[in-house]
Amino acid sequence: MSAPTQDPLTLSLSVNGETHEVRVPARKLLSDVLRDDIGLTGTHVGCEHGVCGACTILIDGRPARACLTFAVQMEGHEVTTIEAVGRPDTLSALQQALHEEHGLQCGFCTPGIVVTFEHYLRENTNPTAEDVRDVLSGNLCRCTGYQNIVVAVLKAAARMRGELA
Amino acid sequence: MKPAPFTYHRPASLAEALTLLLRHGPAAKPLAGGQSLGPMLNMRLARPAHLVDLNDLIELDSLRVTEDTLEVGALTRHHRLANAPEVQRSLPLLGAAAASIGHYTIRQRGTIGGSLAHADPAAQLPLIAVTLGATLVISGPDGSREIAAADFLQSIMTVDLRDGELITAVRFPLPVGDLWAYEAFSRRHGDFALVSVALSFSRDAEGKIVALRLGLGGVDTVPLRLPEIEARGQGRLADENTIRDLAIATATAIAPEDSEQVPAVYRRELAETLVVRAFKAAVNREEGA
Repeated sequence: MSAPTQDPLTLSLSVNGETHEVRVPARKLLSDVLRDDIGLTGTHVGCEHGVCGACTILIDGRPARACLTFAVQMEGHEVTTIEAVGRPDTLSALQQALHEEHGLQCGFCTPGIVVTFEHYLRENTNPTAEDVRDVLSGNLCRCTGYQNIVVAVLKAAARMRGELA
Repeated sequence: MKPAPFTYHRPASLAEALTLLLRHGPAAKPLAGGQSLGPMLNMRLARPAHLVDLNDLIELDSLRVTEDTLEVGALTRHHRLANAPEVQRSLPLLGAAAASIGHYTIRQRGTIGGSLAHADPAAQLPLIAVTLGATLVISGPDGSREIAAADFLQSIMTVDLRDGELITAVRFPLPVGDLWAYEAFSRRHGDFALVSVALSFSRDAEGKIVALRLGLGGVDTVPLRLPEIEARGQGRLADENTIRDLAIATATAIAPEDSEQVPAVYRRELAETLVVRAFKAAVNREEGA
């Protein structure tokens, strides 16, 4: 029987391939631990009940809401955040397409959208606009009206397939 | 929007999870995908003193197809249900319903056992389970028991699950009719449906409806299977007249709640419309239209 864990806990978390040791209570959300304790503020906190998608990260390579996950659950799992995607001088194909197509304005929702579609486009290399809209329904954006995000995701998908320069 | 304090447990086996749940009784909540419990914790609508994390019980993330059953482990995520070839072959209605749950990211985490235990009256998987006569396998301190989904779901977020018990699997009887549809109406894509319809049937050599199953979500405190409508449709041609008659009879048979936001008459009309759409979708899919 595993011993019940007493607060605060000392956790060893693997984030973007690096191991971080943090001391946090069990009730602390992964989104807050990423931002407050590890200093990775690219993961944004919007609604804190799983609706807006701004805090989307990858758990073992699959998208998840960091606000519906407790950091304590992530021991033994690999967490990937927006900080692992591209670099300011070498954007990922998706980031580049969002930049070119004006797929963001204020940028608050963008990290969640990028993380979601970085995964999705690996699972689905040739999506239709309808497919993209279905997935994008999980991320709220109050600036763009979504149209340019859809265009950018399709452009990135085409580039990743090697069909577009 | 931060949860109240709790003690976190991460059992490595089903036996350990059951022991923890029995020991802490009503003070403990099992945590599976967390896509419904998470928001409830954050909003402090739920404040369990103990959280028992089931995510290491990967043996419960399973699909098994035999001649007469599709058995889905309780920890199977919606995304897997929506994409697994064995589900698409044996029970495509279940896969389509799973594919419509919430959003892509939510489906990566949410589980079938969690959805049934949560028992939202508008949710997809309880509706499919009731419509197709699924059986839940529940483990507890006295071993395991089986219960029909329709008996398990008692009311809004109220189920027959006692202290120290966990759903371990859901068994869907096979085969089911080869024509099927899941139709739902919600105000925004990915929101909970106001009304949803699950439909399954076959056509005999003369084109007549056999093995008809019809269930509705969002029109009562639990998903409803409508045996009297099924009997009414049995043996008739799935033509315009029959479909219209069954849709009207369905709207008459239900007694949805009346609220300012959603009047009962609106849910009735939605039910009628969705039954028509479901039959047409099922027939069109078969005919490749």
